Amino acid sequence: MAELIRGTEVVADDWTWVRLPETNEPVRKSAGKVVLFKLTGEPAASDDVISACDIPAGKVLLPLSVWLRRRDELATRADDGEIGVWLDSHEEPAELAESLGGNLNRLPLIGVNFPKFIDGRGYSIAFILRTRFGYRNELRALGDVLRDQMFFFHRCGFDAYLLRADQKAERCIGALKDFTTPYQTSTDGQPPVFRRRAAPGAGA
Amino acid sequence: MYRYDEYDHTLVLERVAQYRDQLQRNLAGELSDDEFRPLRLQNGLYIQRHAPMLRVAIPYGMLSSTQLRKLSDIGRRYDRGYGHFSTRQNMQFNWPKLEDTGDILAELATVEMHAIQTSGNCIRNITTDPFAGVAPDEIVDPRPYCEVLRQWSTFHPEFAFLPRKFKIAVSGTLEDRAVTYAHDVGLQLYRDDKGEVLARVIVGGGMGRTPILGSVIHDALPWQHLPTYLDAVLRVYNRYGRRDNAYKARIKILVKAIGAETFARQVDEEWQLERDGIATVTQAELDRASAAFTDPDAPLRPATDAGFDAKRASDPAFARWVSRCVRGHKRPGYRAVTLSLKPTGVAPGDISCEQMDALADLADRYSFGELRVSHEQNVVLADVALADLYELWLGARAHGLATPNIGLLTDIICCPGGDFCSLANAKSIPIAQAIQEAFENLDYLYDVGDLELNISGCMNSCGHHHVGHIGILGVDKTGSEWYQVSIGGSQGNLTSLGDVIGPSFAAEEVPGVVTKLVETYVEQRTPEERFIDTVRRIGMAPFKARVYGEPTKKAEVTHG
Ligand code: HEM
Ligand code: SF4
Repeated sequence: MAELIRGTEVVADDWTWVRLPETNEPVRKSAGKVVLFKLTGEPAASDDVISACDIPAGKVLLPLSVWLRRRDELATRADDGEIGVWLDSHEEPAELAESLGGNLNRLPLIGVNFPKFIDGRGYSIAFILRTRFGYRNELRALGDVLRDQMFFFHRCGFDAYLLRADQKAERCIGALKDFTTPYQTSTDGQPPVFRRRAAPGAGA
Repeated sequence: MYRYDEYDHTLVLERVAQYRDQLQRNLAGELSDDEFRPLRLQNGLYIQRHAPMLRVAIPYGMLSSTQLRKLSDIGRRYDRGYGHFSTRQNMQFNWPKLEDTGDILAELATVEMHAIQTSGNCIRNITTDPFAGVAPDEIVDPRPYCEVLRQWSTFHPEFAFLPRKFKIAVSGTLEDRAVTYAHDVGLQLYRDDKGEVLARVIVGGGMGRTPILGSVIHDALPWQHLPTYLDAVLRVYNRYGRRDNAYKARIKILVKAIGAETFARQVDEEWQLERDGIATVTQAELDRASAAFTDPDAPLRPATDAGFDAKRASDPAFARWVSRCVRGHKRPGYRAVTLSLKPTGVAPGDISCEQMDALADLADRYSFGELRVSHEQNVVLADVALADLYELWLGARAHGLATPNIGLLTDIICCPGGDFCSLANAKSIPIAQAIQEAFENLDYLYDVGDLELNISGCMNSCGHHHVGHIGILGVDKTGSEWYQVSIGGSQGNLTSLGDVIGPSFAAEEVPGVVTKLVETYVEQRTPEERFIDTVRRIGMAPFKARVYGEPTKKAEVTHG
């Protein structure tokens, strides 16, 4: 069973992660500001699939496409704090922000999917959500969420981690502290090491 | 040279612990090979043809004698008594055992070394001019900036899983010696009229399958902004670089696809997010880094030395070595010396543990205990007194480190190729040796003069064949090894990519082909011209005609 870590604790997951069925229909999509450049043929869900998507009761974490196209019918639930949205690694945080009038903090939960752990786009998405869009609520890593990436997840702004089923939560929590004093800053607000060195009385 | 403080030490030790744990889990079957792969790669560990290969980082090519002795020690205990200097200023061990790699890293940590980010799809070891800090044509010593960027890039949380590897080169001289136009990012440091250091940022160069020279996306970036600006470059690349095809995943493909201007605009937008923020480098940090690279405490010396002049007049072999291996220095009475790792019969860049020890001793005795590794796979002693050159030469010669061929045709850059590398189409080391043997006559070699010959065993271009005056590339034709030859490539300020001269050749034909190219040059040159100048002036045709014979065409026309 996939365990959920929030902060540094294993907690029960009160959200249902809604995923669309796999499509085999690659769409050559030019995303966001990068016009001209074809992305990698990421699959995109058809309207039929989106409208057929079953949205259970309770707190649900929805795919961006479902949220974008069905948000009118979800408005009350969103106001009640029952709607979270997740982005896949090729999706644009700006699209989500736009759908919320620029205020991502209307959502209690945003997820970012790591389809494969070597796909590092999600780190930049997290950074952008936390900095450019000032998102402050729970940011959850989904998908190929593995122990050896925990430290990076955390530094880029994730504060919740839905582990891949084979991962041991305890060790993943330990891995959040693989390094005590990283060199650079990130969304965690740690000053870069060079600013600590300069601080009076600085020591390791 | 930069020395670790507690922060650096702690980080490297924590890395050793982390890696040991990963290795342990892999050996215990808890971490699959597929999942271990990217992790070990980020730690410099390839599994290649015969055994794992461990690539040790030599940040911007600077090495102390203590570190070199440790490398020698590792080479003896964990490898087969030698190591290999790569074109990216790293050292590679070709025969370590997987189980030993944790211990090797622990050993390296004792001398402030590691293998962090020496391969894998992350920001790699930053390279620079091996003559940094001593070159007479230097405008800005690039090393403090390299050190600032080393720290910025090490375990950067956002960019550990990029679409592809990412290589940064920095130069600060009039004549670019860091091949800045052929890297993912090239930084050329210079000063404005007030003396402030600025960087020209070149993005999207690279060799490999699709060789491209980079484009300037910022012409005058103040040094304080290097980390935040590079964050922006990397963020755009991380998000939009292709991930569906490893051959199209380098930043050069993205820059080409959207155009350098669009790319520059996106970077600039992205940069506003962090600009002037906490990651902006402080003067205090630059000063701290710069203090690590002050001139050695070298006594003032007269500009000339009678003993040196006398030896040079009386000993032609010494004079010859001086003419090729000794370069000017910014301080009078000192010289920078390049010791060749390209004697005939040894794989270019290979160095035995005995030689490493000898080299460490020579560095201690004659060059303040410091060495640099060059991307041409040689070793530089940067601060040798003119008066010590003769003794140094004797010492180097006794250990086979004084081949007087720097910059000559036999100073070949060559990748490990089919003897070691599982990606190879063809062997490259034996080709290098065959060419060296064909040009054994030193008088002829000297008469031919400056000529860069680079060999890669496949399109990945580890041997920089695209920028060789003569480039040789291993190609696979229906299962047998062939070689494609190009001319006209060059590094430096007039960086250019070579053009293929025609159909490829069998291994045994290659030395003959090189000979014909050289003969053509010798016949056609004007007195001042180097090989590359002649190629630029008269073009490909005469060379081609000589190699393939007038108008006869070979039946074989595929270019491999
Ligand atoms: C034996 C193990 C090695 C393997 C498996 C290997 C693999 C590769 C691959 C796959 C590429 C192409 C990457 C790309 O274009 O995206 C590449 C490029 C390169 N490698 Fe290696 N390599 C090896 C050894 C070396 C050595 C020994 C050197 C130095 C002598 C070296 C230096 C380089 C350089 C300079 C490039 C070109 C970078 C560029 O495209 O800008 N590699 N290598
Ligand atoms: S150029 Fe090709 S053959 Fe040579 S080391 Fe690189 S990958 Fe291997």
